Amino acid sequence: MSSVDLQLNDDGQLKHFLSIEGLSKALLQEILDNAERFTTVGDRAIKKVPLLRGKTVVNLFFEPSTRTRSTFELAAKRLSADVMNINVAESATRKGESLADTLRTLEAMACDMFVVRHQNSGASFFIAQQVAPHIGVVNAGDGRHSHPTQAMLDMFSIRRHKPDFEALKVAIVGDVTHSRVARSEIQALRALGVPDIRVVGPKTLIPAGIESMGVSVFHKLEAGIADADVVIMLRLQEERMQSALLPSGNEYFKEFGLTERRLRHAAKDAIVMHPGPINRGVEIESAVADGPQSVILEQVTNGIAIRMAVMSMVMGTQVAANR
Amino acid sequence: MPTEAENIDVIQSLESMAGDIERRLEEFQRSDPALIGIRTGGVWLADHLHQSMALKEPLGELNISFYRDDFSQIGMHPTVEPSQLPFDIDGRHLILVDDILYTGRTIRAAMNEIFDYGRPQSVLLAVLVDRRCHELPIRPDVAACTLSLEAGEHVKLLGPDDLRLEICEQTNK
Repeated sequence: MSSVDLQLNDDGQLKHFLSIEGLSKALLQEILDNAERFTTVGDRAIKKVPLLRGKTVVNLFFEPSTRTRSTFELAAKRLSADVMNINVAESATRKGESLADTLRTLEAMACDMFVVRHQNSGASFFIAQQVAPHIGVVNAGDGRHSHPTQAMLDMFSIRRHKPDFEALKVAIVGDVTHSRVARSEIQALRALGVPDIRVVGPKTLIPAGIESMGVSVFHKLEAGIADADVVIMLRLQEERMQSALLPSGNEYFKEFGLTERRLRHAAKDAIVMHPGPINRGVEIESAVADGPQSVILEQVTNGIAIRMAVMSMVMGTQVAANR
Repeated sequence: MPTEAENIDVIQSLESMAGDIERRLEEFQRSDPALIGIRTGGVWLADHLHQSMALKEPLGELNISFYRDDFSQIGMHPTVEPSQLPFDIDGRHLILVDDILYTGRTIRAAMNEIFDYGRPQSVLLAVLVDRRCHELPIRPDVAACTLSLEAGEHVKLLGPDDLRLEICEQTNK
């Protein structure tokens, strides 16, 4: 079964949200439009709507995360769901419980949705195949494979500043090889019709053959971001610096760090994005991260609306199917 | 019966509604009211009322789809524009406008949503058509007309240009 078959019901509605791969432009736009409606909830006196009242959402995190987990939690709470956070790294699997047993145990607590973060690629796909049929699964990042809600919140942030995807030049800069964010973003940008997508980074951090995803490759930052409307900086994981793929953070900054001076190569009104947490002075200079072109904090806010949209769409499909 | 609704002149009914609303406000001694229409038909009507009553506050628009009581039966509703209440709700006298009052569930959902924006001083309900099939203890303060339809019949407001009512067979969707 492909991820498309697993994610969509016969009417093409989302029953799980595991990957951007195979999703139509229309469906991605529906997610963005729903998110737009949910942003207004965050501006009100009572930041809650009753859509998922009585539902239980489990944040099942096999890998540590602060902002993804907390924005998923906040999104579920703003939809009036009950939320349970399980850090599996600290819990039963440590005591030898198998993943299947963990899932059965949670199902026995009458949970309705699993939000899954896992270090292994394909983990949420596996879980979606294992769970009881009324349970929706949302991928909150699996290995190097995909991070679809991050990609969608980035698309949402882009659309709010640059509504015409079909006229955009987008540069993704940094460790593309190890980045599930980059992979999902490229798929989303392609589906939404962005004509010019570039990946920029040292040879050791750009996977061979990535051109087949429909992107062009640059190994010089200035050339890669030339005239770009959107510059997405990726986080450089510390372990990459230790694994001899890179000389050091300092060296990396010299070549690929985004500074105010370098940003002038991009379009004048370019926006700068970063999925966080940022390494100041490694991939980005503080003056840029905190500067007028940065939308990094907006991304965090938008993440709540996107996660509200995805969770209510998935839950809506599940409740309608299991009535 | 069916022809009756189609003969209703919506624009003329709106004039009488505006007069009735003003009388009720006076009777209850409510000043500085704000008008809220429920999407989509209620907004079309509220837009006309807002102009003829010359209200100070901008028109509010409510999209109740996050508050519907049938999510657990049918899931998410198709995308419509979000709610916009461009004034402070706290302590305000509100006039809530919808096209058809049928079961009362839409009004319940609308009031739940309004109270998440703040605590109004009062809410007055004005509708074009009262179908009198209430399933909840919700009654209009102002209704331009009442209609009793046969089972399986459905009335809806067409617009936004050339506002008129149409009666059709209910489709099971």
